[in-house]
This record gives sequence, C-alpha cells and structure tokens, in this order.
Amino acid sequence: MGMKSSYLSYKLIPVTTIVLLIGVFWYLVAIPMNSEKVSRQFKDLPTSEHVIKCWSLKKPKLPTPHQIITEMVNTTFFKKINSKRSLVYHGWITLQATLAGFFLGTLFGILLALGIVHNKAMDLSVMPWVIASQTIPILAIAPMIIVVMNSVGVTGLLPKAIISMYLSFFPVVVGMVKGLRSPDQIQLDQMKTWSASSNQILWYLRFPSSLPFLFASLKVGVAASLVGAIVGELPSGAISGLGARMLAGTYYGQTIMIWSALFAAAFLAAFLVFTIDFLQKITLKRMAIIR
Amino acid sequence: MISVSDVSLTFETNDGPVNALKNVSLEVNEGDFVSFIGPSGCGKTTLLRVIAALEIPTEGRVTVNKMTPDEARKAREYGYVFQAAGLYPWRTVSGNIKLPLEIMGYSTSEKKDRTRKVIDLVELNGFEKKFPWQLSGGMQQRASIARALAFDANILLMDEPFGALDEIVRDRLNGELLNLWARTRKTICFVTHSIPEAVFLSTKIVVMSPRPGRITDIIESPLPKNRDLNIRDSQEFIKIAQRVREGLKAGHTEDVI
Repeated sequence: MGMKSSYLSYKLIPVTTIVLLIGVFWYLVAIPMNSEKVSRQFKDLPTSEHVIKCWSLKKPKLPTPHQIITEMVNTTFFKKINSKRSLVYHGWITLQATLAGFFLGTLFGILLALGIVHNKAMDLSVMPWVIASQTIPILAIAPMIIVVMNSVGVTGLLPKAIISMYLSFFPVVVGMVKGLRSPDQIQLDQMKTWSASSNQILWYLRFPSSLPFLFASLKVGVAASLVGAIVGELPSGAISGLGARMLAGTYYGQTIMIWSALFAAAFLAAFLVFTIDFLQKITLKRMAIIR
Repeated sequence: MISVSDVSLTFETNDGPVNALKNVSLEVNEGDFVSFIGPSGCGKTTLLRVIAALEIPTEGRVTVNKMTPDEARKAREYGYVFQAAGLYPWRTVSGNIKLPLEIMGYSTSEKKDRTRKVIDLVELNGFEKKFPWQLSGGMQQRASIARALAFDANILLMDEPFGALDEIVRDRLNGELLNLWARTRKTICFVTHSIPEAVFLSTKIVVMSPRPGRITDIIESPLPKNRDLNIRDSQEFIKIAQRVREGLKAGHTEDVI
C-alpha cells in the first residue's frame, strides 16, 4: 500500500500532469497553425466548427495528438507486419541497424578505452581525435559513408550500422576511460603488493569498477545509435525504416505520417534506454554495487 | 629480517623538494612487533612503503628477507594492510579474502582451507557470505587483515589500520592483533600516531619526527610478550610512554628552532 501510494505521488502524478499540460498546449497551438488552411477550404464556418476542423485536417501543418495516435494505432495494429505501410515493419528495419551499430560502437568504444588506459602513447594521442570525430556534423558524413559503401557493393543494414556506431562509440569511450580509472590509489597499491599482472588488475578490479560508468554510457549510446540509424536512412533514398518514412512524409506533405514515425522513434528510444536501465539495475544489484 | 641502512627519500613537488626520509637506519628481527610513531609528515608511512617497494628510496639500501624490496614484493614475502580496508564491494567477505589467493593461482581446495583458517584467526565466523556494506568499520578492517594473512607471508606491514576506528573498537582489535601475532609468529611493522597503541603492541618502538623525516629514538620494550590491556596501568608502561613522548617532543623543538 505504502509502495503504491508513493509510486503514485512520485512518478505517476507528476508525469501525467506534464503530459496533460503539453497536450493542452498542443491543441491550443494547433488552432492558429492550421487556421489559415481551414479558412481557405471552408468559408464562413462558425467558430466551434472552425476549431474542430483545425484539429482534423487531412494534411495539417501541425497534426494533433489524437490524429498521430490514430495513425500510429492503424499502422501498427491494422497493417500486416511485413507490409510497407506497417510502422512495425519500418521500426524493425531501423531497430536492426540501431542494435548492430550499438553493438559495434560499444565494442569499439571499450577497445579504445582499454588502449587509452593501458598505453601511454594512446592516452596522449587518441582522445583529441575521438573528440574531433564528434565535432563533424553527422549529417555531412552520413551521405559520404552511404555512397562510399554503396560503391563497393555494401548496402542495406551495414552502412546504417556504421553511422550508428560512429555516434555511439563516443559516450562509451569517455565513460569507460573514466570507469577503468575509477579504482583509488589504495586499491591499485594493494594489487601491487599482491604482485598482480596488469591483466589481473583489469579483470579483478578495473573492469568491475567501470560497470556503473559503462551502463550510464550505454544509455546515452543506444539513443545516439537510434539517431544514427535514422540519419543513415535519410540520404540513401531508402524506402524502409523510420527515417525513410519521415522522408516520404515530407515529400508528400503527409505531416501525420512524419509525426507518427517521429513518435515511433521516440518510443523505440525510450524502450531501449529503459531496457538498459533494467539490465543495469539487475547487474549492479547482483554485484552488490547498489542495494 | 628487514634491514634499512642510511635510506633517504626526496619527493619532487611543485614547492621544491621534500625530504620525506633522511638517513634512516633500522633493523627489524624475525618475530618483532615494530611500531613507527610520529606526527604527520614524519615519513612513517613512507618508510613502510619503502619496505613494501611501493616507493623507491633516492639513497640507501633496504633488504627484506635478504632480497631487495621489489624482489620481496614479487615473491609475496609480505602482507600489507592499508589505512582503509579497501574491500571490493562486489565480493563477499570470503570472496575478498580469496582475491589475493586467486591472483596468486592457489587451487580451489587450498583457497577454501586458507580462507577458513584466516576467518577463524580474525574471528569473522558467520560473516563469510556478508558483503562489505553489511559490516561495521572494525569488521571490515578485520576482513582486510585476514586478506593480508591469507597467503601466509611471514611479514605483515600495517599502515594505521585502526586509525579510523573509535577507541573502544580499537582497544579490542589491538588485543586481538597481539593474540594473532602470538599465534602466527609473524614479523609485524605497524604505523600509528597513538602513543598507547604503540607502547601496548610493540617489542620495538621507532619514534620519528618531520622535516626532514628521521628517526629520533628506537626503544626496545621491556614489557613481556604476553600482555593484556591492564598492562597500560603498570609503571613500566607509563615509563615507556613517557620516553616516546619525550622523543616526539625533542623532534618538535628542533623543528621550531
């Protein structure tokens, strides 16, 4: 009972309040945004009907939440999963590239961090390049990666995964370098008194100490991976994936379609972040790092 | 067993060189309980770290069991207990004690036997499966001592292991440490800044003073090897404590002049 009421007051009530406020604001803004188009199509409507039309246009400037939700429900549950009009189909395509890129990025990030922590030369030379890599706009690099890889015959998932990786390795490197260096001097001296090898120090001390940092980085990394996969779908003229769906929406002025793809991406990101959060909680709890 | 002759150590800092140790000489015999006492900055911890090969002296010679300190470290000739227990939060008490044994490649059965033995020794029976956060500070430090004992090095180096504990717990652990020393016949070097602790525990008290870090007095204690806390009220105990205090004061006056 106590648990439930605290969950209600600490999570549910604040979250619902904000969602409701945003909803109200959204409907209000939708009126001036779509008003002009309604006036052009329908002459001399009474105010109440004018407002309702503003909220139910077929191609509005700003679609309302219920239009987006209706579109999402239709394209999620009432289309065949392998149909080009199914949101699940497009979401799955994007998810595959996201996960592949996330996996590669995490692996690359961890390897780079190990190099930086264990090798003085890498410590001094690699980090500036890692930071520089993130100052280049991904939108500029993505088409190049797609075009270059297409020209050598690599298409489909891999080029998108590479772009995902490019975005997601960064938080992993930064977090892991910090995490692998988190053991304090006493713990390192202790290892020295036991005459431990640097491999042993890594496995017994550095790696377990770094896990809280790794999980924090993974949460940022997985969201970045999704962005990377979507950006990778934009310039390639891809016909499937959430990015392609957004692009198609802009070609045909299908604002509802754009927004529903956008929402689908947001839900997917939230789902991925919560999954990692869950894995973090059970791992760290099992390791007794958190209670 | 441990021989320190004419050792000096200078740290280069941003404010210029600091003489952490200056011409320090000392002999520690097998079975001794030696305390290093002095105010902060007198180099007592540095001296212990030199013996453990965690610091390299700029001058002088140190041997540990007839080896250089670094050879002794690699041969795992000593166990080191740090100021903080430094237990791994993701390992249980017995997991923590097994850690050096795993690193040193002991067999599973040997690991189990040795862990049981040292848990007996520090009286942590029943707490094997507890995690560090479930233990009081005193128990954590006992686990850390057990860990340093687990691989049976015959030298035990202890750097203010009870410094962070309250006096009641500290008194009890001091008594336990003496018992443990009597039972295991180890050679112990013990850093402290408490006069009663040093006098109560030691067969030899090394009084040190700062700037530069040096030894001002070495006192061979006439107290019997078997002692309990009551000895602190004896005339002899008070006399030794006085001599330690004078040694500390002497170092201090020189410093002021």
